[in-house]
Amino acid sequence: MRLAVFSDIHGNRQAFEACLKAARAKGAERFVLLGDFVGYGADPEWVVETTMALVEEGAIAVRGNHDEAVNATTETMNAEAQVAIEWTRGRLDVAQRRFLAGLPMAVEEQERLYVHSEASQPTRWHYVRSTADAAKSLIATPAHVTFCGHIHRPALYSMSVTAKMTSLVPKTDVSVPLLRGRQWLAVIGSVGQPRDGDPSAAFVLYDTASCEITFCRAPYDIESAANRIRENGLPHWLADRLSQGR
Amino acid sequence: MPKPLVETGAQIDGYTIGECVHAGGMATLWTVTHPGIDMPLLMKIPRVSEGEDPAAIVSFEMEMMILPRLTGSHVPSCFGTGDFAHQAYVVIERIVGTTLYKRLPDLPLPYDEARQLVAKVATALADLHRQNVIHHDIKPSSIMFRDSGEAVLIDYGLSHHDHLPDLLQEEFRLPYGTAPYMAPERLLGVRDDPRSDLFSLGVLLYFFTTGERPFGEGETLRAMRRRLWRDPQPPRKLRPDYPPWLQEVVLRCLEIEPEWRYPTAAQLAFDLAHPDQVRLTARSERLKRDPLSIAWRRRFNQGVMAPRAKSDVAAQIASSPIVAVALDTMEGAVELNEALRVTTERILATLPSARLACLNVLKLNRIAIDKTLDEQGSNKHIDRLVALRHWATPLKLDESRLSVHVLEAVDPATALLEFAEMNSVDHLIIGARQNSFRRSWLGSVSAKVAAEAACTVTVVRPRTAAVKPDAGVVWG
Repeated sequence: MRLAVFSDIHGNRQAFEACLKAARAKGAERFVLLGDFVGYGADPEWVVETTMALVEEGAIAVRGNHDEAVNATTETMNAEAQVAIEWTRGRLDVAQRRFLAGLPMAVEEQERLYVHSEASQPTRWHYVRSTADAAKSLIATPAHVTFCGHIHRPALYSMSVTAKMTSLVPKTDVSVPLLRGRQWLAVIGSVGQPRDGDPSAAFVLYDTASCEITFCRAPYDIESAANRIRENGLPHWLADRLSQGR
Repeated sequence: MPKPLVETGAQIDGYTIGECVHAGGMATLWTVTHPGIDMPLLMKIPRVSEGEDPAAIVSFEMEMMILPRLTGSHVPSCFGTGDFAHQAYVVIERIVGTTLYKRLPDLPLPYDEARQLVAKVATALADLHRQNVIHHDIKPSSIMFRDSGEAVLIDYGLSHHDHLPDLLQEEFRLPYGTAPYMAPERLLGVRDDPRSDLFSLGVLLYFFTTGERPFGEGETLRAMRRRLWRDPQPPRKLRPDYPPWLQEVVLRCLEIEPEWRYPTAAQLAFDLAHPDQVRLTARSERLKRDPLSIAWRRRFNQGVMAPRAKSDVAAQIASSPIVAVALDTMEGAVELNEALRVTTERILATLPSARLACLNVLKLNRIAIDKTLDEQGSNKHIDRLVALRHWATPLKLDESRLSVHVLEAVDPATALLEFAEMNSVDHLIIGARQNSFRRSWLGSVSAKVAAEAACTVTVVRPRTAAVKPDAGVVWG
């Protein structure tokens, strides 16, 4: 089965739509969504509504720190994220907020683990920035492949049975076989707010039979997404950064 | 992990096992047949049982990833792989014949035979490098020839694929490979430079034409590390009739610094194909090794750019010029940057081996203290590097040909001139003065650079409504 894995959609309708379309065109049969559906972008209702419909059809979704912050004010965030989250809170209806609050922190499916951030302590929302972080995450799970997001920059790590690490900045559209006999951590780029210098929306395809992963990019209407942010009085930097991919 | 239970007559995934044709330290090779495949086949099976070298598994994983992704006549075709969960194997085309290892008793070979042979290997390497793979174990036993004469490179257990995880990245504390052929940078842990293969091929060429290995056969780390600072005996010292052009080629391959070698295997192949056109430098005349004083300076200044003979620098630059383009920050200079890109593209189109250096000057205040971070708190220096890379992306340059540099200076013109001087830039491309007042500083920059640079300078001016006939001037 071919999975499409999305993360960090952040209320960006245009990017989410483009990724859904691109993933379906590439034969995705099932969706996995790694959290942070809201925050930053100006269309949280649409994104949550669409996610709810996908979950209804069998998609897997886990909770991100922004999803949590919608319901709990304890999460400490930077000023712009805080403004966006407070604005978002006012936009979502009860059902939508309840959906986000009910999302699991992590989901294990066969030999795969889906989680928003570093997997050893998912509630701490740690980033995977380095091979050391990746090692910590991989040691915490027996899963063959862990998929996470949170950092908005794609990366692929592996750990051998002797705990030797490898790291790779994946090349777009190049499939990589995730060999058995070692564990893998795929850090998914962001759909709605890429920060790796490439402004196009990021997602991943994973073939569960061949264990091949492909990091993909989908160009989308950045201008419209940015205008929506400006129209809604959200911090302009949140709009500007979309075109810069950072 | 199950032990391999392979024996003649057994069936694995539709392959019928024939005889064992080779039992090496890391793997065994078996002839196999498959009803759907009308070609002699080999199945390679790793040794994975207790007590075996763990390198065998990692090397085999690399082959399992790389072999199915290779195409063309210079690699064995791959028909299938099986993973460690069941029975690990790869099935590849069986190349008829023997490896170059069988030629060792015939050494030294006649110069022309060795030249043709190594040229074929260089062509094969160029094809491999084009597929983003560095072989990392070029030696006689890794090289075979098809009946058609084309070289085939086998054994990818130590290879690096630029688009795939490098499983050997952290696996071994010591560099893993074949000591006499290993490039010096490999001893420092560098695994992503294709010119490492050119060094190994240089060792092979040296060995095949002199009968001696340039760095001996030492397997100890200490013996291997000598090549980081000690140059080999020039072949002419061993064989007085050694052709100068051949010595030029061999010693260029064996340069300690990868940058001083051929930039590409294709260029090496070209030189071997046209020995009469090999540009001779001081290398070709050398009759003895560098004096100990130079070797010692290298030894104790590792990591520092050691001074080199001037003629070598000239030779390298002449074959692959360095082009530099100076760019303003991205905002507000769209037209100019587009024009610069068009011009750069045209220049590079005629210089397929040229390097491109993209330069940006982060102007420092003369008096006030500069903040590294901008209003949004991101690092200005890094942002500019990203912007430069973004600008260069449409040029579709190979990473090895592109570099980006942010120079921090009070005076942009001086910074650019210094960079050109220090880096032996052959051609500097810079935007002309813009009409707007904001851009006026740039105008003076291009004028000064054009006037004072030691290299060719192209000043680029974007087309505007009122075009002057002399727009776009080239200073030679």
